[in-house]
Amino acid sequence: MYIKKECVAMLLAGGQGSRLYALTQDMAKPAVPYGGKYRIIDFPLSNCINSGIDTVGVLTQYQPLVLNDYIGNGQPWDLDRVHGGVHVLPPYQTSLGASWYEGTANAIYQNMSFIERYDPEYVIVLGGDHIYKMDYSKMVDFHKKNNADLTIAVQQVSLEEATRLGIMTCEADFRVTEFAEKPKHPKSTLASMGIYVFTWKKMKQYLIENENADTGSKDFGKDIIPSMLDNGERLFAYTFDGYWKDVGTLDSLWEANMDLLSPSVPLDLYEQNWKVYSRNDNMPPQYIGDKAEVENSMITEGSTINGKVDFSIIFAGATVEEGATVNYSIVMPGTVIKSGAVVEYSIVGQDCVVHENAKIGLSPESVENRDEWGIAVVGHNVDVSEGAEVLPKQIISKNV
Amino acid sequence: MISKNKVLGLIFASMHDNAVIDLTKKRTMGSIPFGGRYRLIDFPLSNMVNSKITKVGVITKSNYGSLLDHIGSGREWDLSRKNGGLDLLPPFSHVDNGIYKGRLDALSGLWEFIEHASAEYVVMADCDIVTTIDYKKVLEYHEETKADITIVTGKTYYDSAKAHAMVVGADETGRVNDIMINPQMSGESNVCLNMFVVSYAFLKQIVLTNVSRGLYSLSKDIIQACKDEYKIMAYEHKNYFSKIDNMIGYYEANMALLNTENRNNLFNKIAPIYTKIRDNGPAKYGIEASVKNSLIADGCVIEGKVENCIIFRGVKIGKDTVVKNSVLMQDTCVADKCSIDSVITDKNVEIGHGKVLTGSSSHPLYIGKGAKI
Repeated sequence: MYIKKECVAMLLAGGQGSRLYALTQDMAKPAVPYGGKYRIIDFPLSNCINSGIDTVGVLTQYQPLVLNDYIGNGQPWDLDRVHGGVHVLPPYQTSLGASWYEGTANAIYQNMSFIERYDPEYVIVLGGDHIYKMDYSKMVDFHKKNNADLTIAVQQVSLEEATRLGIMTCEADFRVTEFAEKPKHPKSTLASMGIYVFTWKKMKQYLIENENADTGSKDFGKDIIPSMLDNGERLFAYTFDGYWKDVGTLDSLWEANMDLLSPSVPLDLYEQNWKVYSRNDNMPPQYIGDKAEVENSMITEGSTINGKVDFSIIFAGATVEEGATVNYSIVMPGTVIKSGAVVEYSIVGQDCVVHENAKIGLSPESVENRDEWGIAVVGHNVDVSEGAEVLPKQIISKNV
Repeated sequence: MISKNKVLGLIFASMHDNAVIDLTKKRTMGSIPFGGRYRLIDFPLSNMVNSKITKVGVITKSNYGSLLDHIGSGREWDLSRKNGGLDLLPPFSHVDNGIYKGRLDALSGLWEFIEHASAEYVVMADCDIVTTIDYKKVLEYHEETKADITIVTGKTYYDSAKAHAMVVGADETGRVNDIMINPQMSGESNVCLNMFVVSYAFLKQIVLTNVSRGLYSLSKDIIQACKDEYKIMAYEHKNYFSKIDNMIGYYEANMALLNTENRNNLFNKIAPIYTKIRDNGPAKYGIEASVKNSLIADGCVIEGKVENCIIFRGVKIGKDTVVKNSVLMQDTCVADKCSIDSVITDKNVEIGHGKVLTGSSSHPLYIGKGAKI
């Protein structure tokens, strides 16, 4: 028996996140650790439950093991429900054969039966590659008020950024008149956030049409939005002006973490009435030792700090030994930074061991040619041997 | 090998409620916050779960609101089960006498529950001991020695001026031959850790016969009075433990966690201590923060100086504030330019700008729940 839900969320979590290289070798992008104790997917999932959406389909495809494990029964997000809750939806075989998810629209198309069980009025489509806190219920209200067929969340960006994003042109009432993917000469600076609220009846119609038309891309941006615009459907842009950060590249992932340490960035993880939930291992409080120097950093339970930590994010169960230095870096869960090691402007993946006197990354000031500077990245489960060096911009996923 | 579901765990959450009276004014012994993110009941409860005891009854007396809130369905301890699981047992079934007078009395009051569990053995523990213990080993010892009752003991320095305890003497086989309850003495002693193992059959015999005779105390009326009649064995627990008898004991038990050896002993990967998750962000250290030798829980925002402290979840410490040798419980908020030394703040205490509060390590200053200073 299924109880009708006004709104069902579909979270597209199948992406490989190939631009995160070493960090997504064995896990899908939404499962990548962020912010000391979270994974990227915690943000859309927490947004759902905080917005009163209790039925979420998570579409997985690439390296789903870590993500599946992490989501589990959805309990950490209060999404273990008698009716609704979180459901992991991998591609599956049917009597007609089997197919992978071919595009964003096709992924939803293949799961229409999941949506129909709840007979929803609206379907909200989300991605798993952004850090943001957003009340989706306000967007749904906006959608209802406009009697819209599709509402697209947008954010004001710079003209330069606009050339890399999907750009909406709107009338004064935010009705969308034009949509352009990565325009060379943007007509506006309202960029799509990849968050859509569809009226389910319309969505279904267009998903079926798109599937039959077989455009090859089967994508919301490339197919569904343009054809809805062509047919004069009611498309609206919903402006969101809160913090919204793409974490699809190593640089942006590093920046988004560093943003947490900046007092001027409006992303508050301590807000009592908009908590960001995550699956926590039960670990003791962090121990900051006698020799430790910790400033301007975020550190998570289970970690032991005896070294120097400045402008860094240290995840659960990590160790920074006496005489080790971590500056402007992200140290993921379970990783050990041994004595004498220096980690600067780097991302070190989970369960790594950085042995004595190893050197990872450099500060931009200490590199002569700025073009040669970039953050250094060590993938998950990597041993960096004693005295080894990982240069700026270098990405390693095997022991060195 | 003790098979599954053959052991019933019973935790007395309210025993010793009078020991740390300030902390138990509005809560049970079991729900006293401890070690930055735990409550005392987390230790016996996790020990039982880690010893594969999957049916556990938690016996309460009064003030059990915070305990209910903490343990909920028992999910965090993996005790939200169809078979077995966690049962919270408020005082019931005594029409004439709602609140029990002793351990035997409490057990007789919930005899139906115990009977219904159809276990072969019963493991009992209180909430005054912070330790990790494998009850499987105690059960094996109990079976091997064919004891009627096995009591868990630990070696410690006992001083009657500072603490109370049941001091246990045993012969070379481990058979108990001397029991002193709160003796006036001091020195290295084997004290009872208030953990007992009995068979169901033996428990039934002593509970049902003794309560009808008006005898309610397990330690006085059975263990002490009948030590020659029954085979009472002492199992020496050699792991690290601390026993909380009073405020200073509570303070010292917290401070003992700053010792790395103690901490590693208590918090290991094989037998984790479980507790209720609070979904805090990581702890955040400000640009002028300086922290030495302290245990800091998630959700804290630290701008000032912290030394030799246990800081619970969600505590805020302002700029130019110095906190030393203190235990600050959940959501304590210390404003800027304060100086705090040897203080225990209960939950939600607010300390205003520039305040100076000083206790001493032998008499830490306690500030009650929700106080504003």
